[in-house]
Amino acid sequence: MENILEAKNINKFFHDPVRIQVLQDLSFSINKGEFVALTGKSGCGKSTLLYVLSTMDTDYEGTLLIDGEEMPKKNEGFLAKIRNEKIGFVFQFHYLINEFNVLQNVMMPGLKLAKYSRAEVEHRAMERLKMLGIDNLALKKANHISGGEKQRVAIARALINDPHIIMGDEPTGNLDKKNSDLVFDIFKQLAEEYHQTLLIVTHDPSFAERTHRIIKMEDGKII
Amino acid sequence: MRTRLLLNIAKSLLMARWKQTLVAAIGVTFSITMFITLLSFMSGLNDLLDGLILNRTPHVKLYNDITPKINQPINMVKQSNEHHFIRSIKADASRQSIYNSNAIINAIQKDPRVLGLSRKLTAQVFFNDGTIDITGSIFGIDPDQETKLYHFDEYVTSGNSADLNKVNNGIILGKGLAEKLLVNIGDAVQITTSKGNIFQLKVVGTFQSGIKDFDNVQSYASINTVQKLLTVPSDYITSIQVKLKDIAQAPAIAKEYQQLYQTDTEDIQTANSQFETGSSIRTLISYSVGITLLIVAGFGIYNILNMMIFEKMDSIAILKATGFSGRDVKNIFIYIAISIGIFGGLMGLLFGFGLSALIDQIPFNTASLPTIKTYPINYNPRFYLIGIVFSFITTYFAGWFPARKASKIDPVVIIRGK
Repeated sequence: MENILEAKNINKFFHDPVRIQVLQDLSFSINKGEFVALTGKSGCGKSTLLYVLSTMDTDYEGTLLIDGEEMPKKNEGFLAKIRNEKIGFVFQFHYLINEFNVLQNVMMPGLKLAKYSRAEVEHRAMERLKMLGIDNLALKKANHISGGEKQRVAIARALINDPHIIMGDEPTGNLDKKNSDLVFDIFKQLAEEYHQTLLIVTHDPSFAERTHRIIKMEDGKII
Repeated sequence: MRTRLLLNIAKSLLMARWKQTLVAAIGVTFSITMFITLLSFMSGLNDLLDGLILNRTPHVKLYNDITPKINQPINMVKQSNEHHFIRSIKADASRQSIYNSNAIINAIQKDPRVLGLSRKLTAQVFFNDGTIDITGSIFGIDPDQETKLYHFDEYVTSGNSADLNKVNNGIILGKGLAEKLLVNIGDAVQITTSKGNIFQLKVVGTFQSGIKDFDNVQSYASINTVQKLLTVPSDYITSIQVKLKDIAQAPAIAKEYQQLYQTDTEDIQTANSQFETGSSIRTLISYSVGITLLIVAGFGIYNILNMMIFEKMDSIAILKATGFSGRDVKNIFIYIAISIGIFGGLMGLLFGFGLSALIDQIPFNTASLPTIKTYPINYNPRFYLIGIVFSFITTYFAGWFPARKASKIDPVVIIRGK
């Protein structure tokens, strides 16, 4: 099995107001095509770990490899490029850019990558919206659609550059039962039909149970 | 592609807050408008005041000064071991006319640095009006050259300067002098020269120079007429007034001519140094006021961008999370600032031009400036260039600080902070 993401001896401290160790010597790896849930109680450090793994938080000790490549801690531009190309994000709050319509929101990371022409990026965005059943919303403003729809738009945006891994921080945490199930089914479908690697932080046990693998955390350690 | 994407994002952010953007742009527009108007007006006024003196002053004047000779005859005796002590030296003015003037004029006219020259001579006379004698002087001039080089006809308020050549013994009197003598065009005035000769001259016009003392004693006649008054030959002139192509060369050329033609020379910078000082200080004041206005507008832009960044924290965080680097985010906000600056600046140029044109129409009549009918405006394209460049620079810096702040936003803090 191919290693998509590997963490070696990750330690992280919060310095303010006092020095607290939030992540304690974490080592694990995620293989291609795995659907992984990262669970644990509130405050156990699971979100903190996710942001370290996402390259957005560089204030940690240890080594992070994405696609076999070691992530530098200083080179902000390079990390931005990695996020753009290899990682897709879905957050608890949908974080769409309200000034743009749905299609433009989905296209944004694709245009930034500039691997395809504008027309191709648009075509790919429409494909993904169709796959998620929201292609009819393409031209609506991002703030004129419902919460469940927003989260599906965010998933489409995460998929636009064919990332190696999709990371989610409580992607269903803010949705009702029906919409959570819908989002979960999409993740499941992505994992099983498209062999998309997924790493989802959740504290919802019923969500975690249905994934392939559960990484459980307590007090900054994997148990 | 990438720049276009960033520009697109910048445009969307701008349009989302178009009212604030407009207010910021109006700030720039206002300051550029005032900058252009102020400079155009101030510089127009400067030109006017300078023109009062500088336009009428030769760049280099050749004449024979009344000074003691530097080389007294005894110095020419070559004797070593001896010293000469000379007492009671007197200034020498035996010859006020320029020696060999025709040859000098021909030589100067061939100098490629010279725009033109005019000859001049002065006669001190008394204007006789009944029992009263008024002291005055008559300048002998060549009216065509004088008009061409020194705008003489602009000051001739009645009559025609060219008539000096056409009418035998014609004279153009200063307005104050004409009023004292109670004469009009066509009347005759009687003068007595310093040598006691009495002449009748015919008034062909009056002039108003803008300097009242001048108008009370001064008058102009043709060179031939004045030579006749002084009973001197036709090559007798007391000064040659040279106008150069480049006024900055005047001191150097004055020195050169002094050596070459063995006369005294005076350049315009030495003769009128106070005018240059006045002009440069007025210009300095206008620039500082204009730039202050721009800086105030810059603070407006700074505030609005800061607010925009605060409002758009989420968007900035998501842009960064999805792969936009800090530099991209910074560029977006700098684009926003610069588009405000360029839009506001261009509008400012337009309004500035409009306002100057309006001021140019306001009547401005003053007795001392007969040729001026409206407020003076200088439409120098340089002000417009400076205006747009400054609006660009100030908005760039006003945008740079908030943009840097935006580029440093940590997306983790925003995303987790909810």
